[in-house]
Amino acid sequence: METITKVNTIKDKLIAEFESSKGSLFGDLSIREQALEAFSKQGIPNRKSEEYKYVNMELALKGEFLFSSSIKLSAKQIESTQFLKEAIVIVVENGKFNTEHSKTSSLPKGLEILNISDAVSNDAFKKYYSKYADINSDPFIALNTSLATGGVFIHVEKSAIIEKPIHIIHITSVSENTILNSRNLIVVEENAQATIVESYEIVDSAAKSFNNTLTEIIIEANAIMDHYKIQDEKDFGQIVSTTQAIQKMKSVFTTHTFTLSGLLVRNNLNMVLDGEFIESHLNGLYLTNGNQVVDNHTLVDHRKPNCNSNELYKGIIEEKSSATFNGKIYVRKDAQKTNAFQSNKNILLSDDGTINTKPQLEIYADDVKCSHGTSTGKLDEDKIFYLRARGLSEASAKKLLMHAFASEVVDTIKIDALRDYIEAKISKRFE
Amino acid sequence: MPYCLSGKISEMLVIKNLHASIDGKEILRGINLEVKAGEIHAIMGPNGSGKSTLSAVLAGKADYEITEGSVTFNGKDLLELSPEDRAREGVFLAFQYPVEIPGVSNINFLKTAINEIRAYKGQTPMEAKDFLALVKEKQKLVELDGKLANRSVNEGFSGGEKKRNEIFQMAMLEPKLAILDETDSGLDIDALRIVAGGVNKLKSKDNATIVITHYQRLLDYIVPDVVHILYKGKIVKSGPKELALELEEKGYDFIKEEVGA
Repeated sequence: METITKVNTIKDKLIAEFESSKGSLFGDLSIREQALEAFSKQGIPNRKSEEYKYVNMELALKGEFLFSSSIKLSAKQIESTQFLKEAIVIVVENGKFNTEHSKTSSLPKGLEILNISDAVSNDAFKKYYSKYADINSDPFIALNTSLATGGVFIHVEKSAIIEKPIHIIHITSVSENTILNSRNLIVVEENAQATIVESYEIVDSAAKSFNNTLTEIIIEANAIMDHYKIQDEKDFGQIVSTTQAIQKMKSVFTTHTFTLSGLLVRNNLNMVLDGEFIESHLNGLYLTNGNQVVDNHTLVDHRKPNCNSNELYKGIIEEKSSATFNGKIYVRKDAQKTNAFQSNKNILLSDDGTINTKPQLEIYADDVKCSHGTSTGKLDEDKIFYLRARGLSEASAKKLLMHAFASEVVDTIKIDALRDYIEAKISKRFE
Repeated sequence: MPYCLSGKISEMLVIKNLHASIDGKEILRGINLEVKAGEIHAIMGPNGSGKSTLSAVLAGKADYEITEGSVTFNGKDLLELSPEDRAREGVFLAFQYPVEIPGVSNINFLKTAINEIRAYKGQTPMEAKDFLALVKEKQKLVELDGKLANRSVNEGFSGGEKKRNEIFQMAMLEPKLAILDETDSGLDIDALRIVAGGVNKLKSKDNATIVITHYQRLLDYIVPDVVHILYKGKIVKSGPKELALELEEKGYDFIKEEVGA
């Protein structure tokens, strides 16, 4: 009885927040109202919800929360989060586009970047906003769609090739417990190419934050897009991060998710392959320790024939932390000649750590090649001994082997500066 | 009486009454062996006689329990040292089955190894330029393709390439005592010649080699000063290099008869 009261409390608070702030929110209010209704039907998932059974969302959202933060970080504090020297930087501070610190004044030809609240009359925005992120499929999509406060709209025009990576820095800095709902829409038009890096950082924060972020990505025919998500919210950031991607024919999409820290991290990566001859790559690496909980849910939906998807997620789990990998692959009846591969490998370094891994393949076509594999183990004693027998200390040997384990994912990073950054983070972690 | 070479050089390795077991089963039952600098010793024996156990125990593999006896290496109690400190003191084991380590580059790992050994000896890290020159020189010695040296440790190597890589690592680390554990197993004659050639070129009056093998063939290329026959966890017979030929001719059965087993 008590549990039910609590669920209602947080749900009621979220609904009340919508009622009081709806006058100041961007975009079409009817979309938000529908989303709110969808949210109130679903509620905050509890541990009995099949999709959220390994992350305690009720606990994460327990207590009082604000819905915005008035903290404005200094230029210096914001600069400290810019790890890519050669990039088009966009700052989303506490769930809102920060014009002052975003370097969007002189953009390359074919690239349009707007504060999402200024994009509502843009044709591409109207065409795609909230079209693919299904409010009835997940309560956090519904919540974000109803309460989104800001974020960025990126539009890469037809045949434009944007060479520099576009770096969206999501910075959280709160003085009281706060729920933030940021929203991004990225449209890569036909035959265009772009690289987007999204990073999540906490700077000078004194309280618990709960980031419910949603990025929609539309990749039109023949377009190529590389996407990186770098999550590093220390030991106190909580995040539900949804990527909703749709690909059209002959497009190539590569997405990487690096979870370096965070108290609670839930990633929902939903990909729809809606055209023939599409290529999709999903790479992920998560390093967990302390009491961290990291949960990666991925969905690859093959709707048309002749597409390839390839998924590789790896994790190193230390101390009392817990990691979950749930990979769904749908191959629809029409999607003949599909190649879909999935692999999840974990190293469990402690007796108290937990790893839950669940591949879910649903195949309705008959001429397909699909495979999945999963493994969880400790570091290989024979390898450690071999390295020690050559003069390496036990610690060096283990460090080398953990690097080697991670390298399969790290090596897929195409931006040199980003790869160096991640490698340095991994080195520091296993010092 | 154990067969010994006379000489004034002090012993590098002294094994006394060594007993070792695994999972409560005794494998080594009182090994006695003395090896001096400049010598090559061959240890031969049938399958299951304890050859690989001896090499693993000397390298410091944790799976074995030493129940009795002692091993000193240049005056130090070897059994007290961690595997890495044994390597740093100059013990090298060429593995019978070298492991594949995907993601760890051969060169990077050797660089780390050399620098950790140097640090142990109180020396500064090797200059990158000197290291690369050393790699080049030693690669030639075992005719190891430059591409292999740069790949992940043993990943996708053929059996022969793995063994050559062991000798390449040995050449890089310049150990005082090299233990070659059935380095000849699975090698074709060309690879065997290359591997043996590498070992011979690395030979000096200051280092010693223990060649562990089942067959005499390798000893045509690496000529031992002493041959020991290991049987049921003990050295039952030692003699000059001709002993290996006798063994090849008569087979291991003659040992069984001789020791009354």
